[in-house]
Amino acid sequence: MSLLEVKNLHVEVEDKKILNGLTLTIENGQVAAIMGPNGSGKSTLAYVLAGKDNYTVTEGEVKLDGESILGLAPDERAAKGLFLAFQYPVEVPGVATMTFLRTALNAQRKHRGESELSTPEFIKLVRETSGKLGIDQEMLRRSVNVGFSGGEKKRNEILQMAVLQPRLAVLDETDSGLDIDALKIVADGVNRLRSPERSMVVITHYQRLLNYIVPDVVHVMAKGRVVKTGGKELALELEASGYAQFTDEAA
Amino acid sequence: MPGLVPGIHAFLFRRQGVDGRDKPGHDKSEGSLMVEVRTIKTPAEQALSAAYESARGKLPGGKAVAALREDAFRRFDAQGLPHRRVEEWKYTDLRALMRDAVPLAPPPDAAAKQAAKDAGRLFSAIHARRLVFADGALVPELSDLTPEPGLTLGSLAAALANGDALVAAHVGKTVETDDVAVALNTSLMGDGAVIHLAAGTALKRPIELVFASGGDKPSSAFIRSLVVVEKGAKLILIESHEGGASQVNAALELIVGDGATVDYIKTTQTHGLHVGSLLAAIGAYAAFNSFAFNADAALVRNQMFVRFAGEGTKAGIRGVSLARGKDHIDTTLLIDHAAGHCESREQFRSVLDGESRGIFQGKIVVRPHAQKTDAKMMTRALLLSEEAEADNKPELEIFADDVVCGHGATTAAPSEELKFYLMSRGIPEAEAEALLVQAFVGEAIEEIAHEGIREALMFAALKWLGTRGR
Repeated sequence: MSLLEVKNLHVEVEDKKILNGLTLTIENGQVAAIMGPNGSGKSTLAYVLAGKDNYTVTEGEVKLDGESILGLAPDERAAKGLFLAFQYPVEVPGVATMTFLRTALNAQRKHRGESELSTPEFIKLVRETSGKLGIDQEMLRRSVNVGFSGGEKKRNEILQMAVLQPRLAVLDETDSGLDIDALKIVADGVNRLRSPERSMVVITHYQRLLNYIVPDVVHVMAKGRVVKTGGKELALELEASGYAQFTDEAA
Repeated sequence: MPGLVPGIHAFLFRRQGVDGRDKPGHDKSEGSLMVEVRTIKTPAEQALSAAYESARGKLPGGKAVAALREDAFRRFDAQGLPHRRVEEWKYTDLRALMRDAVPLAPPPDAAAKQAAKDAGRLFSAIHARRLVFADGALVPELSDLTPEPGLTLGSLAAALANGDALVAAHVGKTVETDDVAVALNTSLMGDGAVIHLAAGTALKRPIELVFASGGDKPSSAFIRSLVVVEKGAKLILIESHEGGASQVNAALELIVGDGATVDYIKTTQTHGLHVGSLLAAIGAYAAFNSFAFNADAALVRNQMFVRFAGEGTKAGIRGVSLARGKDHIDTTLLIDHAAGHCESREQFRSVLDGESRGIFQGKIVVRPHAQKTDAKMMTRALLLSEEAEADNKPELEIFADDVVCGHGATTAAPSEELKFYLMSRGIPEAEAEALLVQAFVGEAIEEIAHEGIREALMFAALKWLGTRGR
């Protein structure tokens, strides 16, 4: 069984149709890139998967491990192993990063009927992971994302992903706003998390990120649906030819 | 500081009725400027007059004090209880809220003393010198009155009766005000604490004044305290109020000498009516930090009159209110920058649930010669229910031309965007909201310098959040 199955998904946001019969399958352990022009619905797909309010599904279904998740709250989806790395991670004043991570991890474990991680285990896990991502211990004591640079926010997203160990990670334009050094750090962090038990959906506008996170499959989105699927070489083709062919085709 | 309006206001800047919610009705003009001729008194006003008439012979103090009381009583008698047409009291109409005035509390009996003994748990982990008051009267056997170099302390009742020079010099003179609640306090003041810190004295322990009130029978107490901190002295003062269905009018006159450092923490967790007045005069190059904490308090009016009398002083005037049910918490500030080169930060936060109401009125006055004043006021309210209401009324009255003053006010429900972020990480909605509220409150409490006090207040806030009805 495929890990994620999206079938004929139609989504409206404030009465505006964004997704238009999108069909997408992600296999276990697969890293899939989703590329497409601005306004093609890439971020909407990410939010709908995570369960954000105000995204109305008018038709179609989304199944994780064969079970529909459309009726589940965002926290329930997270507990089932779904993770969204935000394009614009929000600042949470007053909540220390460490507290946030621990609360999230324990909430997920509790939901799955697992015991809470002991404090030493938790601290060890966070220390190791944050060290590899070049995240200063001082940052962990600070409020989540408050006063963080764009690169630090993205690294913090990857840290959360590493701590929460999702089965399906959706990375929404994780490369946006990053310089090349920050991009490499983030990509390294993502690559370390690649495993046969974890799938990833890497949403990006540019091919650049895919030099560092090499996908197994590339899907091209335009006008709210997947219009082409191919191997990693498809990304390079797009870099050369642009998206115009797909937007014209879909029109 | 989001929402803050920075800049130089070289003109009279006055905004009225900046209500937190788009709900018309509070801002309409209340009509004429005619002096109202009042002939009909409410039962509460009549009861207060009767209480004064019957108590005047027994209240402590000599002739001068009696004259002070009489003068204050005349002011009350002429104006009656403050009501909504008195601008400073427009959101807390005492005349309507006080259906009756309950009798003055008798001297505390064994039960009242026992209740007082059990009070003050919030700060029990702090090694403080405690003075305990039952129904407004000092209970010496529960209080730590041991001598300490540089420190003089005792009860106001005794000081008034003995014609104490410190009390004679300061009571009723710290900050000039025509506020009726203060006048009522002056006319009926029974007991309270009198504390004097000699120049250069730095106490090792905080002093905590514990006020427990309201045993079985409703009673009222008019508490007046005087705290004089001389030049260069250091004091951490805690004033905590708790108790049942009583009516408490508590005023504190605080004199902070030049170069002195004072941290003043007031907690109010009372089920009855609490009217608190701080009258503070602060000298030059002093440091004054206050924090007002209200939680599970039914009806509170906390007014603070703070006068910057000397230059170069820094002050932080802050607070947190946690309200639910039909709680009504009114914080009203009058910050008077009468000297130049002072910095003040006024920061108040409230969390409002149920049908509660949180009021913030903050007025900053900068006198013509108070150049280089730097004052920033910010109030934020977090609404946890549709029925809760926040009223914010910031005012700046600036008569100097070289100052930096600003104010800001926000009122909002917990952010949906933040909630989604937390939920997307697996945190259930209720827990996500609690975490955000905790963070909102925690950020304010973090400003308190004393670790033990900070921890105690955070604990109290978490307890409040933990018992939130959902």
